[in-house]
Amino acid sequence: MSKLIFEKGVKGSNSFSLPEAGLAQPDINQTLPPIFLRHQAPDLPQISEVEAVRHYTELSQRAYGVDNGFYPLGSCTMKYSPKINEWAARIPGLAALHPYQAPETIQGALQLYYEMQEILAEITGMDGFTLQPAAGAHGEMVGVMIIKAYHLNNGDKARTKMMVPDSAHGTNPATANMIGFDVIEVKSNPRGLVDLDDLKSKMNEEVAGLMLTNPNTLGLFEEEIEDIAAIVHEAGGLLYYDGANLNGVVGVARPGDMGFDLVHVNLHKTFSTPHGGGGPGSGPVGVKAHLLPFLPIPLVVKKEEQYTFDYDRPLSIGKAKNFYGNFGVIVKAYAYIKALGGEGLKDACQNAVLNANYMRHQLREDYNIPLDRLCKHEFIINSKKQADPHGISTMDIAKRLIDYGYHPPTVYFPLIISEAMMIEPTETESKERMDDFIAAMKSIAKEAKETPELLLGAPHNAVIRRVDEVKAARKPVVKWEAP
Amino acid sequence: MKYTPNPPWVAQDMLNSMGLNSLDDLFDDIKDDLKLKKGLNLPPAMGEMELRRYMKDLAARNISTEEYPCFLGAGAYDRYIPAAVEQLLLRSEFYTAYTPYQPEISQGILQSIFEYQTMICKLTGMDVSNASMYDGGSALAEACNLACNSGKGRRKIIIPDTVHPEYLKILQAYSLSGRMEVLVVPGREGAADIDAMIAEIDDQTAAAVIQQPNFFGVLENGERLERAVHANKGLFIMAVEPVSLAVLKSPGEWGADIAVGEGQPLGCSLSLGGPYLGFFAARRELMRKLPGRIVGETTDLDGKRSYVLTLQAREQHIRREKAGSNICSNEALCALAAGMYLAFVGEEGLKEIALRSHQLALYAEEQAKSAGLELKYQQPYFMEFAVKMSDPAAANRKLLANGIIGGYQLEDALLLAFTEKRSRDEIDRLFAVLGGKVDE
Repeated sequence: MSKLIFEKGVKGSNSFSLPEAGLAQPDINQTLPPIFLRHQAPDLPQISEVEAVRHYTELSQRAYGVDNGFYPLGSCTMKYSPKINEWAARIPGLAALHPYQAPETIQGALQLYYEMQEILAEITGMDGFTLQPAAGAHGEMVGVMIIKAYHLNNGDKARTKMMVPDSAHGTNPATANMIGFDVIEVKSNPRGLVDLDDLKSKMNEEVAGLMLTNPNTLGLFEEEIEDIAAIVHEAGGLLYYDGANLNGVVGVARPGDMGFDLVHVNLHKTFSTPHGGGGPGSGPVGVKAHLLPFLPIPLVVKKEEQYTFDYDRPLSIGKAKNFYGNFGVIVKAYAYIKALGGEGLKDACQNAVLNANYMRHQLREDYNIPLDRLCKHEFIINSKKQADPHGISTMDIAKRLIDYGYHPPTVYFPLIISEAMMIEPTETESKERMDDFIAAMKSIAKEAKETPELLLGAPHNAVIRRVDEVKAARKPVVKWEAP
Repeated sequence: MKYTPNPPWVAQDMLNSMGLNSLDDLFDDIKDDLKLKKGLNLPPAMGEMELRRYMKDLAARNISTEEYPCFLGAGAYDRYIPAAVEQLLLRSEFYTAYTPYQPEISQGILQSIFEYQTMICKLTGMDVSNASMYDGGSALAEACNLACNSGKGRRKIIIPDTVHPEYLKILQAYSLSGRMEVLVVPGREGAADIDAMIAEIDDQTAAAVIQQPNFFGVLENGERLERAVHANKGLFIMAVEPVSLAVLKSPGEWGADIAVGEGQPLGCSLSLGGPYLGFFAARRELMRKLPGRIVGETTDLDGKRSYVLTLQAREQHIRREKAGSNICSNEALCALAAGMYLAFVGEEGLKEIALRSHQLALYAEEQAKSAGLELKYQQPYFMEFAVKMSDPAAANRKLLANGIIGGYQLEDALLLAFTEKRSRDEIDRLFAVLGGKVDE
């Protein structure tokens, strides 16, 4: 059992100290009224530097990242994060800048920021971008706020509903609800695409817009996207592009050319910035010209070869986040795009799609593939072939993969495919690496028939076995208490 | 540069194995007229060496807080980050991982979040903390959102204009939902007008909010506000600065229901405003309404202590269109940094940092007065205050010309912050320039 940092401390062992101030130390009990002062000390860890370093090193050894191995987590685009980008974001001239410094002292940073607004507009076919949102879901939120502000500004108060396909990411309906929309679900047809008849029957003047992911969460391109756009636009709605899956079309096709009015992109997916164990991400939002006035403040603009902030935007929704977004993440994505150029982005997309289709072909003999046709950057398999006679589930396969040294794919999503496993290899995996994974999957399929206990009890080689999630939720222990 | 490892001949083999001829065949499901004809109009690719030079040149066109002493605060603070924090954050097992959905291979990350949650609870004096939010401003907006989603139908948020103006802008945007009515009450003498706020409290009030220290660095006395809002069954929300909590009364001690704040001072570089982290802590009764991810302790099949993402029924995976918040990715790596920071400076170190900041601010006030300058507000402060200035922009330009990054420009004052990184000499220089003892 690994000790918590609170269980390791020795009182007085921490030796952190500041240089001498050369000033008398005032008594805070004299300088501030007692009402403002703390009575009970916070009781933080007291640990020596070397022991704290070992503590966090040990924690890192019980984590698994893309640098450890293959991470085919569908819809998360776990591609390699180039090291030069980590270096770039840590140059003091970019990392040690205060957000309220005068624009003339941060011209290099503002140029980068301005160019990134322009670059993302070119990549997505939009007319303008805000880099403010901190994550994909935050981008969705800004997007849906813009949709709401647009309709309200048109005096169109009846649009209280937001349409979301049944294959959508959970954040889409959650976002729509958060901004005060009622959610209407649009069905998928047997081909896994938006059912146009269902869309038509639900589209009316109460609908503010449709939030769509393309390629969708099944990894399939919405082939009738132009018809979808026409249906939404004819009824006065806006078409929102959830950019979680942009890696499947980047450099090949653009949401702006497909009829989308606004988009968010995930810099931590398509543009290689690391996921950080769950953030920081960055979810810039781009819009077509008719939505530009509603973007959050400020934007960075260029005036007479000088870069500056534009706060004078009376129709803006306001702000979604302090300052200008996750600048450190934006630096990394910018460096990535600079390294690849337009051709490199296309090459990345082509290889991502090649890898996904290659794996789909290699796995189809041993696993059920509900929609087995040309996919984009990811595809869905499930455990249907493994279910009988031993009752093997997708979770069992996922846990067994851990024993083989892999991070499991996304499981039980999308919801419209039972026992789904969503596999996204990304373009940064070699054929050899994928062949190893495929061999592991084939071996697991064999085990499912012959030695099912290996799956049912998996993982066997991890630092812990399966956890009791019910216990965690029923009697929550969410912080350490001194015994 | 390319980061695709398969050379063209391998790619061709893979295509052939599927009965395809070219990479273009992989996009047959996209109509030709939707495809880019000429490719993206972007500058040409760069090799790594070229890119390194290019990024260095961009960076060289900025003046960093490493070069000039920085007296800007206003919600982001130039604090010292221990070398160990910077080094350990480069362990790529941490930074190239995703959200710990699979607990068996993510125990390290889950445990680090559990430890972070515990430290935030200790600092704020609250019972529960989530795994982090985007930043201080969005954390406050989510706290107000929670108060309005409490099921009682209350929708009024009473907040003084002494809260950070950007937080107010964020709140305005979040209130587009129509579920929140934000009432901004003008302050008096740089502090919240507590009487005016109390007068607004009614049976529609979901929460009353104060920031401590407030935007102007002034300490707010929330005692009566807390009693009044609780007497009306509303929530008391505090936005707090984490380093100051080493010595200032904790939200728990003030009787707050929710404590949020900007976590940047805990080990995050300034980075032009992000990535930072928001912290979000609350009383136990609100645990099941908290936004964002929470890590809980449990056991594995062998009874071994383990950690796992828990209480996920609150989140968007389960009740998709009913979720109170949509937050998914948070700022996990910044939360890891915050936990490390608190471990490396420790209980005593944090107190020393807080007291040093206070000490330097007190010294700065003396120097300001000797330079013939006046504080804008005669109020208790912790480490930041506003100095009256007829032309703050001109003052900042003069400071810059003398190698100093000045303060935040208010209409008739400069808001100056004093962190432990500032020295007596730097403060002397600051007021020599502001007091007119140094020529242009």
